[in-house]
Amino acid sequence: MTALDTPTPLRPAVRPRPRPGAGRVFAAVLRRDLMVTGRELWVILVQVGLTPLFMLFVFDTILGGQGIVGRDFAGLFLPGIIALAALTTALQSVALPLVKEFGFTMEIEDRLMAPLPTGLVAIGKLVIATVRGLLAAVLIYPLGALVVGSAPWRPAGLPLAFLVALLGAWIGGAIGMALATTLPVQRINVTFSVILTPIIWTGCIHYPWPRLTMPWYQVVTALNPMTYVSEGVRGALLPGVPHIPAWVCLSVLTGAAVALTWLSVRCFSRRAVQ
Amino acid sequence: MLPSRAGPAVVEVHDLVKRYPRSDANAVDGLSFAVAPGEIFGLFGPNGAGKSTTVGILTTRLRATGGRALVGGVDVGRDPATARAQLAVVPQHNNLDRALTPRQNLVHHATYHGVSRREAQARAAELLDRFGLAERADRRIEAHSGGMAQRLMIARALTHEPLVLFLDEPTNALDPQTRLLIWGQIRRLRERGVAIVLTTHAMNEAARVVDRVGIVDHGRLLTCDTPENLVRGLAGDAILDLTVTPAPTDDPDALRAALGELDGVRKAERLALPAGPADRRAGAGLPGGVRAGLAGAGGGAALAALAARAGGGGLAALAGAGRLGRNGAGTNGGSPVAGGRGRLRFRLHLATDPAALLGPAVTVLAGRSAAVNAVDVGEPSLEDVFIELTGREPR
Ligand SMILES: Nc1ncnc2c1ncn2[C@@H]1O[C@H](COP(=O)(O)OP(=O)(O)OP(=O)(O)O)[C@@H](O)[C@H]1O
Ligand SMILES: [Mg+2]
Repeated sequence: MTALDTPTPLRPAVRPRPRPGAGRVFAAVLRRDLMVTGRELWVILVQVGLTPLFMLFVFDTILGGQGIVGRDFAGLFLPGIIALAALTTALQSVALPLVKEFGFTMEIEDRLMAPLPTGLVAIGKLVIATVRGLLAAVLIYPLGALVVGSAPWRPAGLPLAFLVALLGAWIGGAIGMALATTLPVQRINVTFSVILTPIIWTGCIHYPWPRLTMPWYQVVTALNPMTYVSEGVRGALLPGVPHIPAWVCLSVLTGAAVALTWLSVRCFSRRAVQ
Repeated sequence: MLPSRAGPAVVEVHDLVKRYPRSDANAVDGLSFAVAPGEIFGLFGPNGAGKSTTVGILTTRLRATGGRALVGGVDVGRDPATARAQLAVVPQHNNLDRALTPRQNLVHHATYHGVSRREAQARAAELLDRFGLAERADRRIEAHSGGMAQRLMIARALTHEPLVLFLDEPTNALDPQTRLLIWGQIRRLRERGVAIVLTTHAMNEAARVVDRVGIVDHGRLLTCDTPENLVRGLAGDAILDLTVTPAPTDDPDALRAALGELDGVRKAERLALPAGPADRRAGAGLPGGVRAGLAGAGGGAALAALAARAGGGGLAALAGAGRLGRNGAGTNGGSPVAGGRGRLRFRLHLATDPAALLGPAVTVLAGRSAAVNAVDVGEPSLEDVFIELTGREPR
């Protein structure tokens, strides 16, 4: 038997309901993530604060105390740590929940079913990741200063440092979202190590890029967006240390942010609607 | 063909096709149907038939490979965001937001659909009450049982007052109280003009609620009609189930053939013996059916009465002689043991009144020295139609 009851030609279609304003729906979706983030504030602190603070402690207090590392190293290192916190916190704080939300329970479905283009749900995730990344950067600054006992302080450079950290956080969020929505769940952990480790160690957080002497390593680090975040923050807080010019950092970061936003939203949408 | 309900269709599906990546068959293969406002449309089919895939496309969670689907007049492929403003879905799996409490689940969901927070709070309170969830509304979601989660998901779907509600297996694995509550709420929605598309395996239960049924298999629509028409059209007028103990030398197939040759029998088939007590079907099928248990003397009397109604004097005599009764009572204190040794079960699809056939059938059996253990008379159910269309093989 075939489908004998296929619908007869239909009368004029029903009048669809208008969909609510995108801004309003977007705000509602953000609100949920903000609320959940707010509850997890201390988790963010532990998640991101511990490693950089220990790094600072070992490099400055321990190694510096033994005279192995110069005493002014900490000042150079702290801006890198701020940059690192911005990017990696954003990366992790979008990737880990997304893996869960897209996982077995598909918790994200409720938000995907909101009358909003799916791409905007993805953008919402990036916004939250950026907020968390910036929060981590802002928190690590005074905490790091406490560990080291001093910190570069240059109010005039703060807006630039903030802008660079914001771009860095956005990029971290985009990388995290792209990974979380494309990799099979079983491989997420391995990939995180494989991706995060080089991002950290080739990201110029411990050393200024212009002072690198091996050309191949200069190339490798120049390919890592983390480098421009570190250099940007360092240049803003310590203009005396050689650094990549701010306009280069901002251009590269903006370009990377645009490209990675496109890529990650695409990955998200393909995962959301199959 | 739209039912009598007025107005243009709120769900229109034209030649819908879905092929998953890396799959060599279409999960949905040219499906077409339409649903009117205030209509309850049941999409029934075996496991893997493509029901959830169809619901997935209609709710914009899956992209169709071919064909067209409109929900609330909006093309789900072209403008998914606006389509989502018309519909709500309760999926087959629990997708509640575990970071939120039940109340927050409802409130946030409503705000995702543009409802103001104040209004969302009010609706959430009302729905929690209506679904009996108010007491635990502010506890963690993990503490909720399957039935509570299902009620919560339905309540959540109603917070933004959709035009069309999709329910994928809404009563799966729920206790009778919860099922009753859910069917009641579904009826209530229909009265308010909400169109409902539901899939379920509890067909006979759903048959009392749905206005029309589409039976799908392998992604194709096999038939689409009201439950009454389907039952009448496909399976004949009535069914007579006989559980018998044949003579030791008799061949089951020969016995089936002999029953099948009786006047008024369209088809005779052999069924597996039920796993539980023989009256399992009372719940599973045969709505309005009559069951004549022959376990004891009372059963014998019932059969005699039945036979008398049919004018089968011979049968009454048989029953009176205690021949049938003895056999039933002999097994296990009255309740026919599951899969009693040597027993067979036959189903006769009838073109006539079952009572009229009971006499001749028993005569045939008696003629072959077979003892009758149980007789079930009833209307065929939607499940019978379903089995007839989609076969007995599990998927
Ligand atoms: N994500 C997927 N990728 C590949 N194939 C899939 C996917 N989801 C479902 N299928 C296949 O598509 C077919 C239809 O599946 P679907 O889930 O729609 O069936 P169903 O009718 O809902 O079954 P059930 O009653 O078991 O829920 C099945 O053969 C299934 O294996
Ligand atoms: Mg399904």
